[in-house]
Amino acid sequence: MRAATDSKVPPRIGSLQAREALFGYLFILPAVLGFLIFIAGPIVASLYFSLTDYKIISAPNWVGLANYTRLLKDPIFWQSLKVTLVYAVLSLPLGLVMSLSLAVLMNQKIRGISFWRTVYYLPAVISGAAVAVLWRWILNPEFGLVNVLLKYLGIEGPKWLQDSRWALPSLVMISLWAVGGSMVIYLSGLQGIATELYEAAEMDGAGSWRRFVHVTIPMLSPVIFFNVVMGLIGAFQWFTEPFVMTRGGPSQSTLSYMLNLYNNAFQFFKMGYASAMAWVLFVLVLLLTLAVFRSSPMWVHYEAQRGR
Amino acid sequence: MERRVSTPSARPKAAALSWRRSRKARGRLVYLASYTVIVLGAIIVFFPLYWQISTSLKTPQDLFRWPPVWVPIPPHPENYLEVANVVPLGQYILNSATICAFSILGTLLSCSLAAYGFARLRFPGRDVIFLILISPMILPGAVTLVAQFVMFQKLGWYNTYLPLIVPAYFGDAFFIFLLRQFFLGIPLELEDAARIDGAGFFGTYWRIILPLATPALATVAIFRFMWTWNDFFGPLVYLSDTRKFTLPLGLAFFQGSPHSTVQMHLLMAMAVVIVIPCALVYFFAQRLFIQGIVFTGVKG
Repeated sequence: MRAATDSKVPPRIGSLQAREALFGYLFILPAVLGFLIFIAGPIVASLYFSLTDYKIISAPNWVGLANYTRLLKDPIFWQSLKVTLVYAVLSLPLGLVMSLSLAVLMNQKIRGISFWRTVYYLPAVISGAAVAVLWRWILNPEFGLVNVLLKYLGIEGPKWLQDSRWALPSLVMISLWAVGGSMVIYLSGLQGIATELYEAAEMDGAGSWRRFVHVTIPMLSPVIFFNVVMGLIGAFQWFTEPFVMTRGGPSQSTLSYMLNLYNNAFQFFKMGYASAMAWVLFVLVLLLTLAVFRSSPMWVHYEAQRGR
Repeated sequence: MERRVSTPSARPKAAALSWRRSRKARGRLVYLASYTVIVLGAIIVFFPLYWQISTSLKTPQDLFRWPPVWVPIPPHPENYLEVANVVPLGQYILNSATICAFSILGTLLSCSLAAYGFARLRFPGRDVIFLILISPMILPGAVTLVAQFVMFQKLGWYNTYLPLIVPAYFGDAFFIFLLRQFFLGIPLELEDAARIDGAGFFGTYWRIILPLATPALATVAIFRFMWTWNDFFGPLVYLSDTRKFTLPLGLAFFQGSPHSTVQMHLLMAMAVVIVIPCALVYFFAQRLFIQGIVFTGVKG
């Protein structure tokens, strides 16, 4: 190490390069091992498990594609897929519109903006079980806050989580409570748009709506794109709220895909069947993500030069 | 205001002025409307949290009263002591804190090492390996779930904290990506100086890069804390002994069957205990936090 100061001799350079490479591999070694042990290995293993009948206590028993054909005939599988798709189709666009509109409103010279931003972001910080039990209390049919407020207006509120027609919409509503998370991202995106673009559009006589459609949306589209993809992946793994609040009920109206997978793996110990479900999920998410990627040239605007 | 101006065509200067004035008035109206929406929205967003705190300070009778008790007077902070009698709250806090501390340490070490390797050192295959290692960012965790569970179960790690801690010592796609981005922005000259002084690769990383990267490391630590502290799925899958439960798992366990409303004041007190550290970290490290969020959303 101490001799490395002198690098006039050619062979040294070669050995220096070799040393740098060696250290490079050493630095990334834990991460590479982690990838192999905790990601790549399990992906391959779960593909294998999905082709077996496996209950952990006994060795996996090869069954070919039986798990997959059983999935196609399983009404609970289709129900959980439907619940997840409905959840994604409702919560993603609603969340996008709400967080984007909020970001546009906040992007004016609003007094005390950092305070409001703090408030809006707060729910995103405390996700999980604490939020789920809180909302279950708020949506309590008799004494919950929502129905109490409705009672003041003379309306008798629905039974929310205990009514199979209202349970899923209730959970979508709760997901919207955390729109502040993406709002903050959009807000910073908006603040990065050059004011010259707006001025130019204004010179051309574009009103505020047209400036929004022709300047704001295109300039923000890469951020929107990223959020749509991440939102999609998140929606397919939606678990904690339905598990804590409804256990998938009533009558499976909130049985999300992930909750169904969890039940199969850790309640019924059908590891092979759960692995098949995981692989179907993987392929579905991959296809949807690819579809979004494929459609991106139509609506995502990338600047020719992105400075970094 | 605009009345005083006669016809726009006759006096162009005055017309322009009036136009500008009305535009200003409209601007003010838009501002006022926006402000109203923002304030109303903030109230709607904040009220559930207020309700959580307020419920946690009520008596059981207050819970079911009509008209509802908006502000519990007098408040009953002893609920927080009572919940500790009903569930092993101190134990849960300790369990959660332990898992968080070890995860944070592991994440900081393994991810900064890898990020430094990818950002600064040259070796064959570097960029390809980097792309492969960050690809799990868009991988649904469900795919690895079952096989990971089987593996940890075979290792005898079921019902221990190891499955929740050990993976943190082996890198994480997102944090490696974040730290590498930060390291790339550190001027090379600083390292060259250290190199000339005879520091090796590890010495440069440890003594030059890490101190300079404190804000990025703090961001990583904050995120790791929030995610681990709030994590529900991992502890649910790997822990079976109730004494080993984390706070969120203990909370769900305490809530019991999804049809009970009894002891809601205690349940909310426990939920507040989970929320407080996150809220505090968020308030005190807000700048770092927002930076991190923005980074994940925009640069991704």
